[in-house]
Amino acid sequence: MISEGKEQITMEELEEIVLLIRGQYGYDFGDYARASLQRRLVRCMQQSGCRTPYELKYQLTNDKRFFAWFLEALTVNVTEMFRDPAFYRELRNNVLPKLASYPIIKIWHAGCATGEEVFSMAILLHEAGLLERTRLYATDLNPANLDRARQGIVPLQQMKDYTFNYIQSGGGNDFSSYYTARYENAIIHKEYRKNIVFAMHNLAADQVFNEFQLICCRNVLIYFNRDLQNRAVTLFRDSLAPLGYLALGMKESLLFTDVRDHFEAVHPAVRIYRSKM
Amino acid sequence: MKKRSFEVVAIGGSAGSMPVVRELLESMPGPLRFTVIIILHRLKNVHSEMARLLSVGLKGFRVREPDDKEPLKERSAYLVPQNYHLLIEADKTVCLDYSEPVHHSRPSIDVTFESVARVYAGRAVAILLSGASRDGADGLFAVIANGGVGIVQDPATAEYQTMPQAAITRTDRALVMKPGEIAAYLQTLNG
Ligand SMILES: C[S@@+](CC[C@H](N)C(=O)[O-])C[C@H]1O[C@@H](n2cnc3c(N)ncnc32)[C@H](O)[C@@H]1O
Repeated sequence: MISEGKEQITMEELEEIVLLIRGQYGYDFGDYARASLQRRLVRCMQQSGCRTPYELKYQLTNDKRFFAWFLEALTVNVTEMFRDPAFYRELRNNVLPKLASYPIIKIWHAGCATGEEVFSMAILLHEAGLLERTRLYATDLNPANLDRARQGIVPLQQMKDYTFNYIQSGGGNDFSSYYTARYENAIIHKEYRKNIVFAMHNLAADQVFNEFQLICCRNVLIYFNRDLQNRAVTLFRDSLAPLGYLALGMKESLLFTDVRDHFEAVHPAVRIYRSKM
Repeated sequence: MKKRSFEVVAIGGSAGSMPVVRELLESMPGPLRFTVIIILHRLKNVHSEMARLLSVGLKGFRVREPDDKEPLKERSAYLVPQNYHLLIEADKTVCLDYSEPVHHSRPSIDVTFESVARVYAGRAVAILLSGASRDGADGLFAVIANGGVGIVQDPATAEYQTMPQAAITRTDRALVMKPGEIAAYLQTLNG
């Protein structure tokens, strides 16, 4: 058990580590929310056995393989299938029917983690009869997440929870028909994954790469400070087709960003916005 | 007696704590004289009306779930949203976090108490109520270590004693009080 509690990293030490990572590895955490980044750094130290920030800096400077581990441990990769069933219900009932009028539908999952969210979307699209003409782009900063996502593997022990979520979201099929259980894993059937492209994309550095009718960026902006949130949501605005949809996490809001006037909160309870013309 | 002024009262509860949370909220006359943050262990992925239920019958204030980046106001009461941890930035804005559960819980009481300790230091009161886990003990310790006041519900009055007992074992500097005493204490706070 990790013992939480002792303050082990000061803000100054945190800034030094951010500078080091930027200089040596090109990842910029300068505009990440301080409260969560600090907690994350303490956790990395505890897990790697670094007793002081100095030891952590030493490891980061001298060991490239340590950095690969560190990057994975630093970003929060937690995710769920059909997290927030009310959100998926709204997509099912009110958003997908609108998207159905497009000959080709393009959807972007920014910060897709290990894929659970985009697999859920593919299942919804399948049930709406839209999957065949949809291209799903799922991107993340963390290459290890993408490797995992490409395999279509979800831990089997979670499937009970996910089945519950799926049913809550209005799903009427047998959820187990979407995957094969093998040992401790559930493998999502290939046919639901074939229209998904997984790629690296860093919301702090990369640009617009396509135009979409729907962008989902859920529980990623919470890790950013306001400046970086503004960068990301401006990127989303510029990546959306006219009247395109933007979906955020249940407690994320455009209210505190510069683009709030460019969007209308069409389903405010589940944080689905629509870009104005 | 030296007069202290407190900016925040953080209340953590788990199994068996709802009636006490209600009792404490009802005893607070609105407008509030401090920020209240309530951390409750609760189900995820189900429709929740907890904030509304907690608000029924309160005089002069309501309990709401904050959004990420929302500034925490004085004289307002907040409930940590389900399936998130709540951290606080140095500028007293909300920083939600979806990282691993702590003591099998998200939200975790430890996570918010420790953040409260860091940001509010000696201007924080943390209250730990009934529960069947050991979440909150380290957080309460952190609040006290940073100069704040830590209160534990007297285990004899708690439906589940594990949580208050774990905190009492963790630190002998917590004040142990019955629910009525906690309510009375809060009424004198910043008075
Ligand atoms: C908590 S997960 C959210 C997963 C999923 N969207 C959900 O809500 O279940 C956050 C993800 O954001 C990714 N992330 C963090 N910073 C990023 C950045 N600058 N650009 C792209 N992705 C980022 C992390 O690697 C992680 O996979």
